[in-house]
Amino acid sequence: MPSNNLLLYLVLLAMSIIGPILFPAYTQQMAVLWVMVLMASTWDTLGGQMGYNSLGNITFFGAGMYISAIVQISMFYDVAAYTSAFGAIKPEFTVSQYYTGLGFGIIAGGIGAVFFSLLFGTFMFGLRGPYFAIGTLGLAVAAGQLTGTIDYIGGGSGISMPFFPGEIEFRSLFFYSLCFVLAVAAHFLLRWLYSTQFGLAINAIRDDEDKAEAMGIPTLIYKQIGWGIAAFFMGCIGAVFGNMVGFIEPVEVAFPTATFGIFMVAMALLGGKGTLWGPVLGAVLFHVVKEATWTYLLGWQWVALGLIIIVNIVYFQQGIMGWLQIKYPEKFGIVVDPSNVQNSGKAKETV
Amino acid sequence: MLDNLQLLFVWAPVMNVQLILDGIFVGAVFALAAYGLALVWGVMNVKNLAQGDFVILGGYLAFAMHNWGIHPVFALPLVMAVMFVFGWVVYKLIIKRVIDQDMFVSLLATFGLSLLLQQVINLIFGPEVQIIDSELPVFDAFDGFVTIPSVKIVSLVMAAALAIAVVLFMKKSRTGQAIRATAQDPRAARVLGIDTDRIYAFTFSLNAAICGAAGVLVSVIWVIQPFYGIVYSVRSFAIVTAAGLGNLPAVIGMGFGLGLIEQYTGIILGAEYQVAAAVVMLLLVLIWRQLQMRRNRQVVR
Repeated sequence: MPSNNLLLYLVLLAMSIIGPILFPAYTQQMAVLWVMVLMASTWDTLGGQMGYNSLGNITFFGAGMYISAIVQISMFYDVAAYTSAFGAIKPEFTVSQYYTGLGFGIIAGGIGAVFFSLLFGTFMFGLRGPYFAIGTLGLAVAAGQLTGTIDYIGGGSGISMPFFPGEIEFRSLFFYSLCFVLAVAAHFLLRWLYSTQFGLAINAIRDDEDKAEAMGIPTLIYKQIGWGIAAFFMGCIGAVFGNMVGFIEPVEVAFPTATFGIFMVAMALLGGKGTLWGPVLGAVLFHVVKEATWTYLLGWQWVALGLIIIVNIVYFQQGIMGWLQIKYPEKFGIVVDPSNVQNSGKAKETV
Repeated sequence: MLDNLQLLFVWAPVMNVQLILDGIFVGAVFALAAYGLALVWGVMNVKNLAQGDFVILGGYLAFAMHNWGIHPVFALPLVMAVMFVFGWVVYKLIIKRVIDQDMFVSLLATFGLSLLLQQVINLIFGPEVQIIDSELPVFDAFDGFVTIPSVKIVSLVMAAALAIAVVLFMKKSRTGQAIRATAQDPRAARVLGIDTDRIYAFTFSLNAAICGAAGVLVSVIWVIQPFYGIVYSVRSFAIVTAAGLGNLPAVIGMGFGLGLIEQYTGIILGAEYQVAAAVVMLLLVLIWRQLQMRRNRQVVR
């Protein structure tokens, strides 16, 4: 549906600008929505398009968050002294100090996360299928636990981030736009990448890695690039998220394996993995339902969440986009071979 | 860290005895949970990430029974029975539908189950760390340097008895033979008249029961908390990946090994590293396996 795309983007752009103006009380929730869109989209680069289901992408989120915190503080203060005070001493950051620190922090967070992804990738990418998923999950849990033991960055009690110099309304709008810009940038980069040879190559890895390698695709390099891109955006958004929340801590905020870490997978699956719009749709739906019902469930929200994930995965694996593709294949430019439909009862792609 | 090493090997070498004993006691529990995982993994190719939460659930069932006045030693068979039924229900509702799917699906579905169990336990029992006081005597040795609660010995004996019972069951009984046949070739087993769906259900329930038993032992010799489950899952995966499927002696050996490693890292590096040690073990095992594979890999340059 390329003809509708421009219209769709314009409508979405208008909605995302009007949203925080109409409902200023919910700006932070909307910012988190963009964080989730970004997480689901970048997870899908590996999980959906490349078939490498990572449960540990959250590692880069936390890595970016901590690197940015260190950079922001160390530019003007001594990190160890700052963190050992546990936020009791609040060093003043001037306006220019704050913004330069934040800018460098975000960039450093992204680059640092890429560095970690290259490091982890060299020994993780030999693992396949469920071993990769378990290995990356182990990575995320280990990262959270080990970060909690480093006293230099506050250990288990965390760091309170520099105070935002400005009005509280402006603060939420500022972080909203940062999240928005990052999510949109990630979306367009991925959209462009999936249309290039890179997209074909990672799809080939998903379909049959050994054959892809036999055809001369340098699979390790593609896997590294794919994870590197995901890590870069996760690192940047982690840096922004840390500043938005204002207080970072290893297990619940920086490396939340059981919340954001699994949310991104659930959202991508809900929307339909392996599609560009699926994760976006899934993230929006998931976040809206979650925020709308959260307060009414009175403590049972996490149980409901586990149930959603199970029902989603067990009964509705293809996701919304996948379901649409099977239902209306011609809208997606998929030619259905009638003989295949009769034989397997399922539309098979024969492009 | 150096101080602790000195303490262990120069000043008070007797402490090693304590550590080794503790390692063996918890290692037995790890080995039980890992054996359950190896069973489910080998027979039905389902990677159960809720393994640790089954253990914790068993622990909390024993805790509830203890509150009603049932001693944990007698609660063990009851918990196993309840967990068996629970496993059967979980199989019918969830696992049955993910068995022949992509392997990642079973992993994610059980991860969702793990979240669900954690939260339900948390809502019912609260997030506090719990321990069951078994009211059995505690022995001292080496001038009080080494304490051996007799409940730990009881639990070790129970774990051993359970392991032997399961192994005998798998070797001798008709159901055990059917399980092994299904693991080898499900299609041929079906052709020969084995109801593989029933066998899968039974295997999964057996795993849940074994985990429940492990949980009872954990609740008396250690502590339970709703969110500790993931660590047991990670430990089980580390043990099974290192030992291989269907290699029972290696599973037991690795269980004890992991128990020892955790006890030693706990004392040498500090208690906050104990969870990290289990996870890092898993990563090391995965990397080591991969290096082994890489040696056999042939690339045309």
